[in-house]
Amino acid sequence: MSTLKTFSIGGVHPAENKISAGRAIEVLEPPKQAFIPLNQNLGAPAKPLVNKGDEVKVGQLIANGEAFISSNVHSSVSGKVLKIDTITDTSGYKRPAVFITVEGDEWDPSIDRTETIIKDIKLSQKEIIDRIKEMGIVGLGGATFPSHVKLMVPDGKKAEYLLINGVECEPYLTSDHQLMLSKGEEILIGTKILMKGLGVQKAFIGIENNKPDAIRHLSGLAESFEGITIVPLKVKYPQGGEKQLIKAVINREVPSGKLPIEVGAVVHNVGTAFAVYEAIQKNKPLIERVVTLTGKPVSRPSNFMVRIGTPISQLFEKAGGLPENAGKIISGGPMMGKALISLETPVVKGTSGILVMEEKDSARVEIKPCIRCGRCVSVCPMGLEPLLLSQLSKREMWDKAENERIMDCIECGSCHYICPSGRPLLDYIRLGKNKVGQIIRNRGKK
Amino acid sequence: MNMLTVSGSPHVHGDDSVKKIMYGVVYAMIPAILVSVYFFGLDALKILVISSVACIFFEWIVQKYILKGPNTINDGSALVAGILLAFNVPANLPVWMIIVGAFVTIVVAKMSFGGLGKNPFNPALVGRIFLLISFPVQMTSWPLPKPVFGGTALMDAVTGPTPLGLMKEQLKMGQSIPDIMQMPEMPGYINELMGNQGGSLGEISAIALILGALYMLIRKIITWHTPVAYLLTFFAFTGIMHLIDPMQYASPFFHLVTGGLMLGVFFMATDMVTTPIAFRGMLIFGIGAGLLTAIIRLWGAYPEGVAFAILIMNGFTPLINRAFKPRRFGEKVAQA
Repeated sequence: MSTLKTFSIGGVHPAENKISAGRAIEVLEPPKQAFIPLNQNLGAPAKPLVNKGDEVKVGQLIANGEAFISSNVHSSVSGKVLKIDTITDTSGYKRPAVFITVEGDEWDPSIDRTETIIKDIKLSQKEIIDRIKEMGIVGLGGATFPSHVKLMVPDGKKAEYLLINGVECEPYLTSDHQLMLSKGEEILIGTKILMKGLGVQKAFIGIENNKPDAIRHLSGLAESFEGITIVPLKVKYPQGGEKQLIKAVINREVPSGKLPIEVGAVVHNVGTAFAVYEAIQKNKPLIERVVTLTGKPVSRPSNFMVRIGTPISQLFEKAGGLPENAGKIISGGPMMGKALISLETPVVKGTSGILVMEEKDSARVEIKPCIRCGRCVSVCPMGLEPLLLSQLSKREMWDKAENERIMDCIECGSCHYICPSGRPLLDYIRLGKNKVGQIIRNRGKK
Repeated sequence: MNMLTVSGSPHVHGDDSVKKIMYGVVYAMIPAILVSVYFFGLDALKILVISSVACIFFEWIVQKYILKGPNTINDGSALVAGILLAFNVPANLPVWMIIVGAFVTIVVAKMSFGGLGKNPFNPALVGRIFLLISFPVQMTSWPLPKPVFGGTALMDAVTGPTPLGLMKEQLKMGQSIPDIMQMPEMPGYINELMGNQGGSLGEISAIALILGALYMLIRKIITWHTPVAYLLTFFAFTGIMHLIDPMQYASPFFHLVTGGLMLGVFFMATDMVTTPIAFRGMLIFGIGAGLLTAIIRLWGAYPEGVAFAILIMNGFTPLINRAFKPRRFGEKVAQA
């Protein structure tokens, strides 16, 4: 047996804790009230198309993503628009959102809600891209980059490979895993659609080896899909990082500051592939997604199919309530997720999981002096020196930080995770990235 | 719901800590401690205990009354320095001298720079060199091993030179290497490997030190980069000289098992604080230390050069860190 593929520099292996792995996806009923944020993509917010008092149906377009990097937003529920107001999103900022009081569950009639699997792809390349844009599909791995933009290959570049990310390297999360098990064929058809949209003949689906059932299942199905190969990967974090996945699967390194297309690759998440299938074959906009609700104190760790805009508190009602000893609630995984300040925060397109940590695990470890052990350097998947970058940020030496390629940091958190002195390296580096990013943008304006 | 903790990612932490690393080093030194007590008896134990207690005491007093920082004596680093300092002196060193050595190690070489993580030079080596140049006689007359549980002592004499020192003296007197190796005072490879030779406490047994090093490698306290680069460079250099003139230059195998080489390679050159942080830098550090050790041993005034070589390379560490960065992702684009 050959050794499993993986990326070559750095990486850590945190305890996996996939306690919700065996839980099949349960459909969560629509909430009583939905809060649908207008900016559910990386880039510009969408412009609202509805007003207070309007009646909306499931699947109806309620906000238009007009800018190049923006994305449409559809209603995930049926009912009456209560107001357009701000709500605290997962990052803790207040963002505009459409508040809908739910009445019944009336769907737009054009959406095919049957279970029939449609294999035949009828649309042309351009029609595929347009439809994906129309249906508000964004990257469901968490970054929420508008998916249609990734399919529009810039002049002078050529796409050779489509990579589908089924790695799910974040500990605890199992939403992609369950999706691969229950919607394998749909994901493969979605992959075919994306291949056609991109104009490539070859696609790889990378899956970490801790999901052997998903690897087996998809490998079996892939036999009848020409050009799609399932690639089992060694378990190593952050393999789900776009650049790490490309390195692991096709052994190419995306140069600093460049996009994957530079090395002929485009990466989409398995969740996105499924959403693309539904959008193209079933005419269904992106209005729901799989969310893992998990954590050691959670009485019933679960994977839910959730309507976008459902308050997170609703998930807890279904999973046995909010544990009393909850100390921290995280949107996403423990390595890159964001700590929430409110349970009324809605599930958005980028919400892959909700993780509850016990009080005793919530506090950070005590900070000790740096002993220059270099562990942060050896685990950095981008080959950076986190201890140096954090020092440069702390001392506000932005020029030097830029030269040391602070902007290459993918914020995976491996450095802070491994640090024996418990130093919050990523906190400082993030600060530095923010500042250096501003400086670079201002330079561009002049 | 108003008591939720909010902090940046990551939200989980690996189970490593400074304390675990330092005590890992202490466990790795146990074989060498046992060997030194076996060959030098209670003298060795006395030096080990006094050195460790003095180092911990000095660190405590500086933190409490001068730096006024948090109590750090539990992190294990002072204990590591104490044992290492003891490893670097003869078992019959007067007690007050080892206390002076501990003072220099902790107060001068470590705490005056701000404590753990901030010192540029390996504290135990600074202590050793200070003692060597201040008290050259006491630091270079080694008790010969006298196993506590029966066994045969190498010789009846109470003190004598180390194999390396003996070789240096005899070379000066015009003897050739093959003749020197035939002398009855030379312990032979097996004794040198096991530790039945004259020397400082922790230096004598290559086997015990390698055992400790394996433990540290398995627990990932150290990486292979520095030791391998150090040993290969040193072996290659002394080997080439031996091939050129076997009358003047001893075999590289002799050099590997004598003096403080193994102790230096595995326990001093791998000190995190004073050596480079990236793998490339570690390799450069090892190569430099290997070369310097060989040069000092073959042509220097002192019979062995490990301590000097590592301290000199400690001085280069900041420059190495700047010049030899880790390989950046995307730096060299590998194509499938």
